[in-house]
Amino acid sequence: MESKTEITAQILPAGETCLFVDFGEKIDMAINGRVQTLRRRLSEKPFDGLRELVPTYRSLSIYFDAVTVDLPGLKARLEQELAQLSSDETDTASATEVCVPVFFGGEVGPDLNDVAEHTHLSPEEVVKRYCESPLYCFMNGFTPGFPYLGGMDPSLETPRLKSPRESIPANSVAIGGAQAGAYAIASPGGWRIIGRVPYDLYDPGRDPAVAIQAGMWVRFYPVTMERYREIESEARAGTYRIEYRQRGAAPSAGEAGK
Amino acid sequence: MKLFIQSPGALTTIQDLGRWGYQAIGMPVSGAMDAPALVRGNILLGNPDGAAALEITMMGPSIRFEGEGAIAVTGGDLSPRLNGQPIANWTAVPVRTGDVLSFGGPRKGLRAYLCTSGGIDVPLVMGSRSTYMKAGIGGLEGRKLQKGDVLVTGEPGKYAAGTECPESLRPEYGEAPLRTVPGPQDSYIRPEGVKTFFETEYRLSASSDRMGCRMEGGTPIEHVRGPDIVSDAIPMGAVQVPGQGLPIVMMADRQTTGGYVKIGVVHALDVARLSQFLPGSPVRFSRITQEAGIELSKAEASALEALRAHVAAVLTNPPSRPQSVKPGSTVPVSAAAQGSSVRQCGASSGAMNITVNGEKFFVTWERTE
Repeated sequence: MESKTEITAQILPAGETCLFVDFGEKIDMAINGRVQTLRRRLSEKPFDGLRELVPTYRSLSIYFDAVTVDLPGLKARLEQELAQLSSDETDTASATEVCVPVFFGGEVGPDLNDVAEHTHLSPEEVVKRYCESPLYCFMNGFTPGFPYLGGMDPSLETPRLKSPRESIPANSVAIGGAQAGAYAIASPGGWRIIGRVPYDLYDPGRDPAVAIQAGMWVRFYPVTMERYREIESEARAGTYRIEYRQRGAAPSAGEAGK
Repeated sequence: MKLFIQSPGALTTIQDLGRWGYQAIGMPVSGAMDAPALVRGNILLGNPDGAAALEITMMGPSIRFEGEGAIAVTGGDLSPRLNGQPIANWTAVPVRTGDVLSFGGPRKGLRAYLCTSGGIDVPLVMGSRSTYMKAGIGGLEGRKLQKGDVLVTGEPGKYAAGTECPESLRPEYGEAPLRTVPGPQDSYIRPEGVKTFFETEYRLSASSDRMGCRMEGGTPIEHVRGPDIVSDAIPMGAVQVPGQGLPIVMMADRQTTGGYVKIGVVHALDVARLSQFLPGSPVRFSRITQEAGIELSKAEASALEALRAHVAAVLTNPPSRPQSVKPGSTVPVSAAAQGSSVRQCGASSGAMNITVNGEKFFVTWERTE
């Protein structure tokens, strides 16, 4: 996923209320690192008229108020920021990691056996490789809270369903081609469902509303159905804490206790 | 004031100016499709610009009011009626307990906004009251209104019943080309494709909704390498060109990100205008620069400022005191009078604007027997 090639950025118009800073047509850690770094710099020192910053795989979208923005000033600021983004600096190295419990297979992971069959691996091996993959959340999109995760072990690559399901239960963990993801709300979809998280990945009343966010590393770990039920009731009672840590730190309590 | 939904209409939802600030976590902005209409209704009633209102689509609801207040119906003309009598769009109209608002059907446009003094009071979700049905959030339980729903309005501001938004300060509707800034991915389209886009007269597809307006007709737009891109953000009005080569203009409930080439972005004012087009309407696109788009937004801001000033002037210096007219009494209206027909006095109660010899009067009446 890391590219060693020179990354060039383009500042592109996207209507009267938005500029895209586009780092290239690629799914690439270094490119996404630039997106996250520019996002951080602009949020730390916002310009007049800034409405919202939206990081995606390959670009940062900068939404502003067309009436109050100083467009030439904003473009100059962006040129200046881009000049400062040195080729080796990315935000990803120091990013937060979120450890997410999953019950794999069974009723909540109806496609685990199909993935195993397709990849010529045992279901246990699929789970092991999925959980050992250094997953990185490139962006949230599709529906509220859906994380687009890169970095999955390539041996797990499985094509999407030919005919998407009409409704996939919320918090389903999935494989879509070379990507990993999780359906944060119930929605139609064609990714392969291999397990489920016992708490809501998206909860508008919680802070943070979205558990897995763009720029975070993600580590899924398997739990028993018994532990799944426990976490489920803790989450309902509002006592469950999402496991965030600095990447490279000691295993989280939940993970250690698996 | 309370609003009792007697029948919900085809698609009536609570909307404000949208859920900004959460696109980074994948939360669509939503909000009023015709935001300029919503804002004008709110200004007429002394509300904050972004107070929540009802977005009414095609066939309107029937609503009974309880309490005293005022309403302003803006946007498309869906033939609003109060107690069976037509009322003016773009005007602050007083309502009281027992009054029933209904709609006769679309005459011009597709979406009307029912603004109420104080705005519709539902809980804020991520800073907005807008309904986003797909995730079931905002508005009333995240859904469209249904029979039996009861809505409550917030703290009213200062308004003068009868205040009208002058014609010159209303949004421009009609079928002029939609002003579009090329980019961010116009370079992913062959030059002939870009030409096709700006020269074709499309028709608005019937399978258009709050998420996107699909175009039909014309030759397919050709991509350089194909329609798929590594996903990026989708601003309001972004024109996606998927594989079949026909453009889709992304509207209020668009997803935050997507994987199709975007040839251009339609200006917010023209996205609002497009939202009033009926299926089958001709649609054309014209090219403007980003800078020209910003100037259009500034002109809109000036128009809203002028409307605020107009509303303030009416408040401090009302054109006339409201006059009560008893049924059967003679109203001294000369041949110079313009406005709604006096025959409306047959209704149990009502209100209207009339102009006599250039002087404006706001008249209310009620049956007194």
